[in-house]
Amino acid sequence: MRVPTRLQRGPLARPRVTPAEFDAATIYRLMVRMRLVDEALVQAWHDGLVPGEYHSGIGEEGINAGVLAHLNERDTQHLDHRNTPPFIGRGADPEALMLEVLGSEQGMNHGMAGHMHLLEPELGTGCDGIVGAGGPLAVGAAISHAMRNPGAVAVAFHGEASMNAGMLMEAYNMAVAWKLPVVFVCKDNKWSITTYSSDVTGGTPVERARGFGLPVETANGDRVEDVFAAAGRLIERARAGKGPGFLYATCHRPGGHFEGDGLVRLLRTPLVMAAAWGPGLKDGVRAEGGGAAQKAGGVGEITKRGARAARDWAIGSTMDPLANARPLLAVGEADRIEAQERAEIEPVITAARAAVAGRPVFGTPKGGTK
Amino acid sequence: MTIMTLDQAVDHALGQAMAADDRVLTWGEDVRLLRRNLLARFGNDRVRDTPISEGAFMYAGIGAAMAGLKPVVELYMIDFAAVGWSAIVNGAAKFRDFSGGRWDIPLVIRAGAGAWYTDGGQHEQAHWGTLAAYPSITVVVPSTPADAAGLMLTALQGDEFVVFLTPKLLDIQMLEYLAGDSRKTVDFTSIIPADGIRGEVPAVVEPIPFGTAAVRREGSDVALISLAVGVHRCLEAAEVLAGEGIQAEVVDLRTVAPLDREAILAAAAKTGRVVVVDEDYSRAGLTGEVAALLLESGTQAKYARVAVEQTIPFAPHLEHAALPNVDRILAAVRGLA
Repeated sequence: MRVPTRLQRGPLARPRVTPAEFDAATIYRLMVRMRLVDEALVQAWHDGLVPGEYHSGIGEEGINAGVLAHLNERDTQHLDHRNTPPFIGRGADPEALMLEVLGSEQGMNHGMAGHMHLLEPELGTGCDGIVGAGGPLAVGAAISHAMRNPGAVAVAFHGEASMNAGMLMEAYNMAVAWKLPVVFVCKDNKWSITTYSSDVTGGTPVERARGFGLPVETANGDRVEDVFAAAGRLIERARAGKGPGFLYATCHRPGGHFEGDGLVRLLRTPLVMAAAWGPGLKDGVRAEGGGAAQKAGGVGEITKRGARAARDWAIGSTMDPLANARPLLAVGEADRIEAQERAEIEPVITAARAAVAGRPVFGTPKGGTK
Repeated sequence: MTIMTLDQAVDHALGQAMAADDRVLTWGEDVRLLRRNLLARFGNDRVRDTPISEGAFMYAGIGAAMAGLKPVVELYMIDFAAVGWSAIVNGAAKFRDFSGGRWDIPLVIRAGAGAWYTDGGQHEQAHWGTLAAYPSITVVVPSTPADAAGLMLTALQGDEFVVFLTPKLLDIQMLEYLAGDSRKTVDFTSIIPADGIRGEVPAVVEPIPFGTAAVRREGSDVALISLAVGVHRCLEAAEVLAGEGIQAEVVDLRTVAPLDREAILAAAAKTGRVVVVDEDYSRAGLTGEVAALLLESGTQAKYARVAVEQTIPFAPHLEHAALPNVDRILAAVRGLA
């Protein structure tokens, strides 16, 4: 099906990478493009042009690029709610994707999907906003690959928090039991929406994956060369029919769970949030029911969460995969790539924003101005 | 009386019940942050965060209820309950019946429901008709803060399994979380019914019995039967119709199961025209149930329905067109003239 978009110039050329060979410049270009589109959508969200939720993948580009660099057009991708970077990385048309997320019927999915429900059959890539669903979807695709398309691999991207979703654990088991060509990529940002993952999780992701018999590789997700090497070993194995694998990569989410995340606002505008939350908490402490110890414990829990967020965001500032990849390039090359990508993407951003400019977002039967 | 938002009203009733009965507790995803005021009041044991494990934490609610607690298990939205649907339809709805009525399941599943704020077709469903199809589930969907408080208290004072759905459009905190209402660049005022989101709630909440509809507006020409956000859309439509000389009665069902059949039949008898306005799907749901009720009663009342006929689109204007908006309600009423 031809996807109608405002794009007249045809899709942008997709940066090509050669599997098994780490080409820092091409991979950096891929990450820059992911970042530019994500940043444009974050800005559009804050400008009121993106309706509903927006979960950016900023901070996950190293994992996305390091894995996608190994894939070919026969492989399939099964994504979660942070799907802009991997869609862009697979070659989705940035303008069609942006229009979809901006709520235009000229978007990639005709306005039916929005950011959490994107699907692109021509790229073998889809996402699901239900936590953990990418795992079993990848298992199903891997069954088909093994039967009809040997050598193709299904890749599921998921967070560490989704490893508490039963269906993902069931998917690990099926993948191992049936020796399927699937690679599970766990992106650990330490947070389960706004709950601290280790508070609600027994064991560790790696121990858990090993318990299912999955071969495990680990990587620093902010070091794309590290991810590339680890992912390559698992994908090669799966491609050769030797069964599934589990890639564990750490990362940081500077934007929080989604744009407008209360914890991020607590860090950025503590006084505003103290004014919003303070009176209710005070009332709770004063109200009958619950002893002094319970009340102290409850208030302590809120304080602890804020402190952990502050600590993680401070650590996370050193975990930018783009900044960490720049030393891999020749002097001046990173700047040159960024300038080229910016020159290509900025007109796309401008066109997409113009398509929905002046739209009264809610309560109207009218779309963007034509 | 105090002015409260709908989410504050539910927490107010829940807090009252928790203070009165130490068996009442709540858990769910991010609940310690969402229900932080109850956390500060009752502490960590009675306000718990869960992992993203809907199947397990809903089933655990049943186990806890059968072992002496009264859990309120919360989900951001009822769409997510589908991940653990078995807990609702094979567990909570069944065990009391299987026990020959000897073992109660005093469990409340509390979840946001519904659309209007562009979250896409996987995050905006109503599901109340689907849920009400199963025997032995009580399905509550309030449209005002006072009702939300009274109905939640009834759920917590009783011993039955209740699915308590709060329309997300009427819940300020959910709009802030899920629709990005913390942005100054988005204005929701044109779609948020003021009377639904904020209103007077008694300092000491009184229970509201299940299965009793509320007449929100008296009228003799047509009865608009609805619930949740739909009630407010009907009231808006009724204003327009009044300008045309058509007097519409607006009935708020408040619970889908039990259904207040008498109220529906009374409104049908009074007006001779019934329009059911439902944010859930039209197929095999509440609107068809009301049609069957009317047929079985032998009434000659004319009937029309306005419900959701498709996957809810993401793009705001497409979403608006797919939902039971005021224009669709007006068209349905005029079609019965």
